[in-house]
Amino acid sequence: MTASRTHRRTFIKSALAAGAAAAFPMPALPADGARVAVVGGGFAGASCARALKAIDPRLNVTLIESERAYTVLPASNSVLAGLRDLPQQQFVYDGIAKADVKVVTATAKAIDPQTRRVTLDGGDTIAYDRLVLAPGIGLQWDAIPGYDRAAADIIPHAWKDALQIGTLRRQLDAMDDGGTVVMSVPVSPSRCPPAPYERASLIAHFLKTKRPRSKLIVLDSKDNFSLQRLFVSAWKELYPDLLEWVPLSSGGKIASVDVTSRTIKTDFETYRADVANIIPPQKAGEIAVLAGVADRTGWCPIDPVTFESKLQPNIHVIGDAAIAGAMPKSAAAANSAGKLCAVGLVKLLAGQPPQEPELSSACYNLLAPGYAISQSGRYRPVGGQFMEVEGAGSTSPLDAPRSRRNEEADMADRWFKDITKEVFG
Amino acid sequence: MAAALINVPKRAKRGDVIEIKTLMSHIMETGFRHSTTGEPIPRDIITNFVCSYNGVEIFRADLYPAIAANPFITFFTVATESGKIEFKWTGDNGYSETASAAIAVE
Repeated sequence: MTASRTHRRTFIKSALAAGAAAAFPMPALPADGARVAVVGGGFAGASCARALKAIDPRLNVTLIESERAYTVLPASNSVLAGLRDLPQQQFVYDGIAKADVKVVTATAKAIDPQTRRVTLDGGDTIAYDRLVLAPGIGLQWDAIPGYDRAAADIIPHAWKDALQIGTLRRQLDAMDDGGTVVMSVPVSPSRCPPAPYERASLIAHFLKTKRPRSKLIVLDSKDNFSLQRLFVSAWKELYPDLLEWVPLSSGGKIASVDVTSRTIKTDFETYRADVANIIPPQKAGEIAVLAGVADRTGWCPIDPVTFESKLQPNIHVIGDAAIAGAMPKSAAAANSAGKLCAVGLVKLLAGQPPQEPELSSACYNLLAPGYAISQSGRYRPVGGQFMEVEGAGSTSPLDAPRSRRNEEADMADRWFKDITKEVFG
Repeated sequence: MAAALINVPKRAKRGDVIEIKTLMSHIMETGFRHSTTGEPIPRDIITNFVCSYNGVEIFRADLYPAIAANPFITFFTVATESGKIEFKWTGDNGYSETASAAIAVE
């Protein structure tokens, strides 16, 4: 049995259930000119749209993205520390449009899996044969008492969106020496798991060099995190009296936030911050929920071979929004998933069975200028979920000379240039 | 580092319902696991938690292997009089820890 027959059957069943089978003509899946719509122009969506067109130029590929310029998260922590500027984080879609992808600047407001249509905020609809959803993360605004959308104007999350990152940088710049910065780390799963710790490191670097009598308190909802031993030993070496990490078992989980007084309470302590940064718990981007591809966890279950949603036919979910087992929610993983999803989609549209993908992820963390650590891995579908390929990954060694950390910082720079050029260039 | 974290309101009005929070650092080893060499890892858990208010027991809990590491126990009581609220955790291998906090009731 081929995958496309299953989809067809599911389609018929749901159309009949709706009692309006006649209203939904069986969409043809033409080998050429098939319509693929991609929602979300981050690393996953943009990579997928580009790859689709590169593999089969006859495809009709539309990329739907709300923003004219995308603000990338990798290296954005360097912006907070004043080591980079925001425009260096922003990328436009000209290169993608040149690759013959139709770029539509609009927000997808609704998706109908039965009629296979995406409705945009302006009211226009886009019909598709296959839909790729790459909405990235959404923030859980009801997770921390006192911290909602409006609160983020005063205490930024700086976890997505240029304005937010700019606000946190300005607040750090404006803080007097001797101030206290409090930041929070969310529970898993979250976008780029080591990024909050990179952020802590670079804020500490900013304080050490520009506001040396200040202090950073990191309130963590977790006890364990990736690259933990490397981070903790680097903190001891670089920021011994400046950075205080409070894990879950020491009462690090936030209980409530009072925005006006910048007071953050855990179950056991009250912290008064001069500058605060709350990174709230996360879930799949809103359109995933509206399309019915997110489950009760807030994330999207997928078939790891085709990236097709387990909840809706003809919709593929890639990037941070998908439940991808051992694979982290990183830009590199999203880029890898975008490309491999495109390969699989072209096969599916041609009625051929897709091959098992092998994805890769790499993640660089800058702890200070010229001091980076990294982690990489490869992932394959095993038993319906992505599992790490044994022995294929690597992690920076715990005991390494500064020259090695410096080399990795150069590699991080190159990695950033390469991936942004490949995806947006 | 103190193993116990406790949160008891410093002050309360007589008759107020107050929340008490405790977190004890403990591995809570189930006894069901094996080491890489196949040796069983012996059970090491907190088995009992008691809270008393001026010497009178107001809350007790029995803990079992399914309780996660670093048990976080929170409960409510009524502020009746000023004094001392004491906590005691006991467990396997003679484990015993105590903590206490003062409360002023007006």
